[in-house]
Order: sequence, then C-alpha cells, then structure tokens
Amino acid sequence: MSEVQITESELQAYTDGRLDAERGAAVEAWLAARPDQAERITEYRRIAEELRATYDPVLDEPVPARLTRALSARTRWPRYAAVAAWFAIGIAIGGIAGWQLHEARPRAPLTADVGAVMAHRAAIAHATYSPEVRHPVEVGADQEAHLVAWLSKRLGAPLRAPKLDAAGYSLVGGRLLPGDNGPVAHFMYQSNQGTRITLYVRTEAVGNRETAFRYAKEGNVRVFYWVDRKLGYALSSAEIGKDDLFKVANAVYQQLNP
Amino acid sequence: MNEAERLVDLIPRLRRYARALVGDRAAADDLVQDTLERAWAKLHLYRQGTDLRAWLFTVMHNVHVNRVRATRPMETLEDEMPELAQRPAQGDGLLVRDLDRAIARLPADQRAVLLLVTLEEMSYEDVARALAIPIGTVMSRLSRAREKLRLMMLGQAAAAKLKVVK
Repeated sequence: MSEVQITESELQAYTDGRLDAERGAAVEAWLAARPDQAERITEYRRIAEELRATYDPVLDEPVPARLTRALSARTRWPRYAAVAAWFAIGIAIGGIAGWQLHEARPRAPLTADVGAVMAHRAAIAHATYSPEVRHPVEVGADQEAHLVAWLSKRLGAPLRAPKLDAAGYSLVGGRLLPGDNGPVAHFMYQSNQGTRITLYVRTEAVGNRETAFRYAKEGNVRVFYWVDRKLGYALSSAEIGKDDLFKVANAVYQQLNP
Repeated sequence: MNEAERLVDLIPRLRRYARALVGDRAAADDLVQDTLERAWAKLHLYRQGTDLRAWLFTVMHNVHVNRVRATRPMETLEDEMPELAQRPAQGDGLLVRDLDRAIARLPADQRAVLLLVTLEEMSYEDVARALAIPIGTVMSRLSRAREKLRLMMLGQAAAAKLKVVK
C-alpha cells in the first residue's frame, strides 16, 4: 500500500466527493490503513455538513425588497456619475424637484410641471456627459445613420439628429439614457471652440401636445425645453449664454418642424 | 429568461455566501446589494454563454475586497493573516466551538475558498476563476482552512494561542 501516492489535494477532493471511482477507491484504501488521517477527513466532512446546516436556511429566507430593487432598470443609469453631476451642478435644489433616480420603482414625477423635471434630468445628463473627453458618446457621428436608427428604435419614435452646422455646431454623437417615460436619446454637439451642447429627447405621455419654449437654469447649466407632439426636447449647455442657446434651440425646432 | 431574472434567482445564493462570509445579517445584505448594483451596471462585461453564477461571485468577491480595504485599511488579505487579527469574540475563552466564530477567525482568503467549495459547491476551477488565483492556491487554501477549522473546533488552536494571555 505504501507505493500508492495520495496527494493532499486528492484528500480534499475526496472530502468533497469529487474524485472519480478509481481514485476514490485508492484514497479509501489509503485511509483504511491510516486511522488518524481517516479521522481528520471524517471531521472535515462533518464540519462541511455543519456549515451547510448553518447557512442553507438563508436560501429559504424571503429576499429583502431592496435587493431585487437593485436590479430594476432605472438603477442602470450611472448612479455615481449622477451623484457627481449633482455636485457639478453645485446648487441646492435637492428639495425642489426631488431626486428620484434613487427611487427604484418607476412612478410619476412629484412635481406638477413635467417639463421642469425633464429640464432637470437634461441638465444632469449634460453635466455628466459633456465634460467627458474620451467617452462623450456611445455612438459617434461617423455612424450617424446607425445612431439615429438605434435611438429611434429604442424610443419607438422616428428621431432625427438636427444639423446645427449653420449655428456653428457639429454632431459628436449620441447615447441612450434611461428616463421617466422610457429610454431617452441624448445627442451631443460641439463647436470649433470645443463648447458643447446636448439635446435630450424623450417620448411624452399621450396628452401632452405642444408647448412654447421654456427656460430653466440649474446651476451653471442653461436649458431650453419644449414638447412637440409625442416628443419632449431639452437643449442644454453650461458654456454659452441664454441668447445664444435660444438661437440654437430655434434652429433645432425649425429643423424638426420644416 | 433574461439576465435580470437569472440574477434574481441567484440572490438567495449570494445571501447565503455573504452571510457566512461577513457574519452579520445586515452587513451581508449590504454586500449583496452592492454586488447586485455593480453587476447590473457592469452587465455588458458579462459574456453571454458563460456561467453567470461564477461571474456574479467574481463581482461579489471584488466588491467585498474593496469594501474590506476601504473600511479596514490595517487588515491585509494576505494568505497567512495572523490568527488573532480578528477580534476574539468576548467570553469565548479557550474553546471556540461555535462554528460562526470559527469561520470568522479564518484568514479571509481561506474563508472565501472554503465557503465557495462547501456552500456553493463550486468546482475548484470556478473558485480559481472567481477569486483570480491559481488552482493550486485554491487547493492549499482549502486544505489550510479545513485544518484550522478542525483544530479550532477541537479547541486546540485557541487554547494554544491564548494560554500566554491567560
């Protein structure tokens, strides 16, 4: 029997019942001649049983709601980026619109003015993504057709990325964001000087028709927003003044409503 | 079944492992929550067709290691952590018979291997992948963890260590 080599790893695998029949039999023969070793392995198995008996009941406990909520779609919005954006925006409006991204269940906004909430979301998205140097967008302007087709499909509405070259801005690209009413399209534009504006486009609940331009300022982010039939728009920039942004907003509106 | 549903199905197993890993129920669920949030945000890194469970436990391991580093900068995750680096539970005296406490006294890395093998019944290869260590290290940690636990359950290790203090 002394010629049979049994390694410690094999003893462990034997403990776990993971050896094939042949090696298992070899280990058993080896242990039969070594009562102290056999006792050790028996004790390992007993402890494993006790471990399972101690912790297996956790499997039957009801799962706390906070854990399943962690998997709801809205938390896929980059949470830490959102918090960072909060600080970037740098103002104390915490009590106003209500920070609902941490709420896991979709529900209607607390404020009556749905548009203001959209402006708020758009400002946060702008503050989050416009400083990005390497990854400002998910899909670049070089694949504009694909970008627009993709976002249109996800929003369930035909979208267009307006051409703003006349206003001095060219398309950088876009990304998909989660929003209150479903996916949101986010287009980014940039001027020759590197200033950026973003266009936030979301689907609107039926009933909203058209609104005039409205203006909001969240920290240093200026936002013009409006609703046009089934889509809500918010144009944001932290770098250009209200008048200039208004001109761009007009250009966007004109393009989308020829 | 989409990934979200599959992740939901795995929550009880994550909780079982976390409970054994960190002991305290609320702290264990905090770890599970952080793990799920991270997994959900990083789901695009999961490769379709591979073992979602193994991937999820990898995420949990990384989250746990980061949390331990953040909250207890002095505690190392070295293979051979001093045995008494863990606070001795009050009044346990010479004999550590309570399995919970014995588990808590294992070096963190050995504890992780033992629990994945014993509770999750994960293959040694999957454990190696989840913890990003060679399979030989899995086997040696498993062996050491079991032997330490056995001695602790016998009360010998504790007695030997604490005799001087008493």
